[in-house]
Amino acid sequence: MISGLALDALKLRPTPALGREELLRYGRHLLLPEVGIEGQRRLKAARVLIVGAGGLGSPAALYLASAGVGTIGLVDFDIVEVTNLQRQLLHGTRDVGRPKLDSARDRLFDTNPNVKLELHPTRLTSANALTIIGQYDFVLDGTDNFATRYLVNDACVLLGRPNVYGSIFRFDGQASVFATDDGPCYRCLYPEPPPPGLVPSCAEGGVLGVLPGLVGTVQATEAIKLILGIGTPLVGRLLLVNALDAEFRSVNVRRDPTCPACGTRELTELVDYEQFCATIGGDAAGLDAVPQIEPRDLAIRRASGETIQLIDVREPHEWEISRIDGARLIPLHRLESAITTIDRNASVAVYCKVGTRSALAVRDLLAAGYRQVWSVTGGIVRWSREVDDTVAEY
Amino acid sequence: MSVTVSLPSILSRLAGGSRALVANGGTVGEAVSDLTSRFPSLAPRLVDEGGQPYPFVTYYLNDEDIRFAGGFDAAVRDGDELTIVSAVAGG
Repeated sequence: MISGLALDALKLRPTPALGREELLRYGRHLLLPEVGIEGQRRLKAARVLIVGAGGLGSPAALYLASAGVGTIGLVDFDIVEVTNLQRQLLHGTRDVGRPKLDSARDRLFDTNPNVKLELHPTRLTSANALTIIGQYDFVLDGTDNFATRYLVNDACVLLGRPNVYGSIFRFDGQASVFATDDGPCYRCLYPEPPPPGLVPSCAEGGVLGVLPGLVGTVQATEAIKLILGIGTPLVGRLLLVNALDAEFRSVNVRRDPTCPACGTRELTELVDYEQFCATIGGDAAGLDAVPQIEPRDLAIRRASGETIQLIDVREPHEWEISRIDGARLIPLHRLESAITTIDRNASVAVYCKVGTRSALAVRDLLAAGYRQVWSVTGGIVRWSREVDDTVAEY
Repeated sequence: MSVTVSLPSILSRLAGGSRALVANGGTVGEAVSDLTSRFPSLAPRLVDEGGQPYPFVTYYLNDEDIRFAGGFDAAVRDGDELTIVSAVAGG
């Protein structure tokens, strides 16, 4: 049985009665002796915070609401974009352009009007995380960046709230339960994040749409188990999901006695997580300092007849979707071997999808002695929006 | 010693597309060196410039984190399984 201050408090909390409609709605739960009336009442008494109403947060919120979790908090500040719909089931085509929390509220109310939703239309920051997370029994982490993941972890450790973790990329997913009384935390698993640019985001690297469904439902399952106090939670284990090989396996995660959050406890307050993630490996300065060119400025210079080599460092399958006229494809991982084919005496503009890979390429070109080199700010996405809308955005 | 190495799909592209490889060596570090010598583009994703593991890439020898078992000096036996997991943040 897992313990934790927050979960102990949940167990002691008076459990509300269930009405006739609820008895019928949750009938399939009530038939499970492991849930029963008392378990269903405990679900109703529970308060769970979901950070991120995206790929992971969508299935997690839908299942927690369906299961009758009494109060669900949602933190998100994004607007629904059409590219979200391939995987973010809380939002529909008619919701494009609306705040994600608005479409989430509508969808979840339809799923189960008995659930009390608490919406936090804000970015989770070091200034508000303890106040927001402190109102809940535990957190389900469905964020999409390293900075917020370390923030959620540290706040959970400081507050003694479990952190039901999931993350995804391409075909691989990971899930675990961190920050319980006796288990490891996220920092025990990954003491430091990768340097900026090394691990692409889903926006750049892609993700199989159903993968957050697999991982988000694992998180929802773990959340319900924590509330009910049943089964063996994913504490001290990291579940690895590989969608391509239909493989689910787990490896062991130990509590690290040198962990500054849950080990030595030298981390006594939240820090600046953007800074923490940006300065890792000393790479950020290199990327921040990379010369940039605005898409419109590049278009004007090319139109005026200036000779600028335009290098596309995306992958061939992205080149097939759309490209900028006059560009030459050299995928980033082939740049080193192809570098001699780029004229040192002419200007070079490098682009990718959103500007991360091109910044890495420009840094390498500068290191190789190229002098007039720019990364196209915002990549082909901004080129499509600001210069040439016949170039498809993806 | 010969160990089976499992790579996440993000790194398999740099190892000829294979997620499961065989590597040789007496320690985890030697097995990783064997891999990076055969697939040089894997090297900067697996080890730092000093040849040591990154804090955001975890190596599991038979499902146990090697940081608690001697790190790259951990001895391997024939048939051991080395699982390499890289931090990802998508959600």
